[in-house]
Amino acid sequence: MTVTHSAPAAPPADGGAVILQASGVIMRFGGLTAVNSVDLTVREGEIVGLIGPNGAGKTTFFNCLTGLYKPTEGQVIFNGAVLPPKPRAVVLAGMARTFQNIRLFNNMTALENVMVGRYCRTSSMALTSIFRGPKFRREEAATRARAQELLDYVGLGRSSELLARNLPYGDQRRLEIARALATDPKVLLLDEPTAGMNPQETRQASDLIFKIRDSGIAVVVIEHDMRFIFNLCDRVLCLVRGETLVEGSPTQVQSDPRVIEAYIGTGDDDEDEGAST
Amino acid sequence: MLFLQQLINGLTSGSLYALIAVGYTVVYGIVQLINFAHGEVFMIGAFGSLAVWTIFFQGQTSILILIPMLLGAVAASVGVAVLMERFAYRPLRHAPRLAPLITAIGVSVSLQEIVRLFYPGAKSPLPYPQIDYVSGTALQLGDITLRRSAIFTVGALVVSAVFLWWFINRTKLGRGMQAVSQDPDTARLMGINVDRVIVVAFALGALLAGIAGVAQGLQTNSISQIMGFTAGLKAFTAAVLGGIGNVAGAVVGGLVLGVAESLATQFIPGAFGGTPWKDVWAFVLLIVVLVFRPQGLLGARVVDRA
Repeated sequence: MTVTHSAPAAPPADGGAVILQASGVIMRFGGLTAVNSVDLTVREGEIVGLIGPNGAGKTTFFNCLTGLYKPTEGQVIFNGAVLPPKPRAVVLAGMARTFQNIRLFNNMTALENVMVGRYCRTSSMALTSIFRGPKFRREEAATRARAQELLDYVGLGRSSELLARNLPYGDQRRLEIARALATDPKVLLLDEPTAGMNPQETRQASDLIFKIRDSGIAVVVIEHDMRFIFNLCDRVLCLVRGETLVEGSPTQVQSDPRVIEAYIGTGDDDEDEGAST
Repeated sequence: MLFLQQLINGLTSGSLYALIAVGYTVVYGIVQLINFAHGEVFMIGAFGSLAVWTIFFQGQTSILILIPMLLGAVAASVGVAVLMERFAYRPLRHAPRLAPLITAIGVSVSLQEIVRLFYPGAKSPLPYPQIDYVSGTALQLGDITLRRSAIFTVGALVVSAVFLWWFINRTKLGRGMQAVSQDPDTARLMGINVDRVIVVAFALGALLAGIAGVAQGLQTNSISQIMGFTAGLKAFTAAVLGGIGNVAGAVVGGLVLGVAESLATQFIPGAFGGTPWKDVWAFVLLIVVLVFRPQGLLGARVVDRA
């Protein structure tokens, strides 16, 4: 894979149709409000960044979007329809994600992991598979071929038969992306895709995300690596203590004094790691 | 010769344990529940096949009858297992672990009593039909007696094990089962219908238990509503012995347990030998293995690489 520093294409801004719209999402755990009325609009072909200090509620917000949590208030509209907070419905509608802490099926091969991602897009049920009808064989072969194709796409084509737990760290992250892509998403949510990666791996990750965007999938990225995010995104949202602090183009957000303050801190937020990466 | 004979006997009873043990282990691998009513699923399978014979083929012995009998057994077992999952365990999916465990014991007792009260004549053991080619008649090979039912039992295990391996590793639902057993939440986020996968796990275990029910009937020529208790206990032991949650372990555990107890019966001398001590040695083996290898012989891996 060649490493290029492609600049983000000019943001389609108002060009693309709205694919995902979360409005007034509130998530309370007992007395703690982890996410407080966050709005997010994602258009087709857009890369949106979600930044903020640790504990700002970024991952919680992702969990609300993907149905892992049922938001206390607010709703998520996907492709024009209200999305029920159920993981399966979310995947079927066309939104897939990766995880901050890698959550692969460790005892399955890379290929099988991706094949699991195809689960909801294939139809064979118990009886057809027991009787091994031609439809079953065709579908099984197609699933396998598609999974291999996706592994090639993320650059893991040669590791398909390795167990997921034996893959190097960076490859595990890419495998998670391949598995999410296998669900045929329209929006892909990436939770810290470059955490723990070296600069070269990070560049490869950027290239991969651009490639995914160019294939017509909108991407929402949570990241702490500022250079990565400002290079990548068309629009950036900065969350602090569960609320949206700033939203705008990378340049606007980058230069906003409140963002700098939230990251560098005014004395009580000193140890935030975001600024150092 | 005596050794070979006992080995054959052990492999036969071991195959039976293995067929039942798979049900414990598959369900445990997916929902971390020890389904203590699984022995009754096996018993119901035996009664299902007997019912088919009594209603449609009374008095006949043709080998062809075995097919509808097996279907009857499997239908009864799978039906009961799916119903118990739906109405006894699913409502308790998010309850503390103890609740479904106690429920399982309740389901077990209920099923025994239902069969005793409502199956005609089941208040005492019922004779099981003799079927050509597979019933207890012996084949004499030199000094060794090989019962035809033994061939059927071992053959059933081999076929079932191959099918199971294929199902888990080569089908979409099997991959779903592996995924759910490794990480249910992520599996759900990948669009897997976890409830359906759980039903399939119960059904798969019941399928083998139903076949085991027929095998048991053919071997002993009689079945009763309490036959599931001992068999279930032994099969559970076999599953733990092999590593609970590990399908290959259940098969190995069943065979090891069967062979060990039949060799112990024959070769341990004096007051501790003989048939009365059979169960004692089976559980001693379990204790010894658990002391030195708490994860079981093949390790308590999740349902994978079966």
